[in-house]
Amino acid sequence: MNKIFTLAGVVIKELYRRKDFYVLFVLTAVLTLAAGAVNFFRDEKIVRYVKDICLLLIWISSLVITIVTAARQIPAEREARTIFPLLAKPVSRGQVIAGKFLGCWFATGIALVVFYFFFAVITGSKEQTWPVLTYLEAAWMQWCLLAIVIALVLLGSIYFAAPSSTSTISFIVVAGILLVGGHLHVIALQQPEPMQTVLTFVYYLMPHLEWFYLSDFVIYDFGRVPLLKIAEASVYAAVWTEILLLLAWLGFRRKNLTT
Amino acid sequence: MSVILQTQKLRVEYRSRELRQPVKVALTGLDLEVHAGEVFGFLGPNGAGKTTTMNVLLGFVPPTSGGASLFGIDVRQPIARQRIGYLPELTYYYKFLTAEELLRFYAKIFGIARTEADRRIDQLLKLVELESARKRPIKSYSKGMQQRVGLAQALINNPDLLILDEPTSGLDPLGRMKVREIIQRLKNEGKTVFFASHELGEVETVCDRVAIIHQGELKAVGTVADISTGHENLEKAFLRIVGYQSIISP
Repeated sequence: MNKIFTLAGVVIKELYRRKDFYVLFVLTAVLTLAAGAVNFFRDEKIVRYVKDICLLLIWISSLVITIVTAARQIPAEREARTIFPLLAKPVSRGQVIAGKFLGCWFATGIALVVFYFFFAVITGSKEQTWPVLTYLEAAWMQWCLLAIVIALVLLGSIYFAAPSSTSTISFIVVAGILLVGGHLHVIALQQPEPMQTVLTFVYYLMPHLEWFYLSDFVIYDFGRVPLLKIAEASVYAAVWTEILLLLAWLGFRRKNLTT
Repeated sequence: MSVILQTQKLRVEYRSRELRQPVKVALTGLDLEVHAGEVFGFLGPNGAGKTTTMNVLLGFVPPTSGGASLFGIDVRQPIARQRIGYLPELTYYYKFLTAEELLRFYAKIFGIARTEADRRIDQLLKLVELESARKRPIKSYSKGMQQRVGLAQALINNPDLLILDEPTSGLDPLGRMKVREIIQRLKNEGKTVFFASHELGEVETVCDRVAIIHQGELKAVGTVADISTGHENLEKAFLRIVGYQSIISP
């Protein structure tokens, strides 16, 4: 386990020595502050718009950081050939995958903590309330979703050699699941056969990332989600993450790294 | 003498990704043994199969058939690499880390305790003369300095077997001399060194035994004196073994 944490440490170190995170954080902060400073239509409930914009930016920024960071892990190691001195040490390919996953997950966790802290400060200063547990639930669920996304991107990066192609395909897949994933079975009912069966099959086969979207609970003060539901979603995320990491390891295990 | 490194009927084929392209055979049944405490030179022209052999030994490429072992352990087991150090031909290290961080990272991978790791890092940075640059990121190093970091990382676990791929490639005469001295020092400490090189003069100086490989086949193996018998020097013997014909008529 020590080796996995050591590998994860390098991923985190690389992230904070690169500028991606800082650029996205500053961009999120500036856009949120600008949105919060303007009183649209003299609306008393302006804070809802601020929350909506801020959460949307947090979702986009965290997905960008996650996908870009995870997509470059294995391909960049292969391209820079740093994978060779690493694998010449007593470390298995499974440990490399696990270390890369944990590093990306911890790094995105740190990013989420910073983003949600900023979000709490902005909205708290306007509402004078601090629903910390609701924010923690939303952040935790988003972090669970990011675990699935990281595992999915790592799997893609084993087969697509370039980080750019892995990132692009991952963005399309993740955005597709988030936007239409929840409605796919309804869309399927309106389609002729065999499309209906295919779409229904895809609906049950894919990871449902949209289940982790708790922004509406935060924006409209719906209150807290029952803990049991949070636990179920966490287990669901863990199972999907493990399946995707297992597939990544199977692909990476016998891969000839010299070609 | 115990066998440290062994390959048995090692065969490696590379399949082309393009259709109707022939399978490229990189190694055809290579049998090799390296004994404890010897400095073993692995020679061959470009494309002979030296790097492929090293890639199999280090677990980068799976053998098509046959096998290879380090310290009696199949190379496919990561634990087989616990007692080895590897220096690649070019510098492939995390450029955003400092030399000290890189060495600490590899020390952790080997499971070396922190106090021992600190001691070895100090010792190695002194050995490769990078003490003053230890806190600088590797991306700011010159090529020679990066090669020296490579040497330090290869020695971080105090390896019993050192695998070097063209260790003096791209180094200036002083750097070459330093590497030679380190190899000699390791030999005196009873370590085993396996290295691929094109520098036949260097091989002649430091190696106990050499193997010559050509087109994936082992052509000769023995002491430098054995292989050079009947020839002016090792270079002439090497050229004859690989079938070199001069384009200049005598």
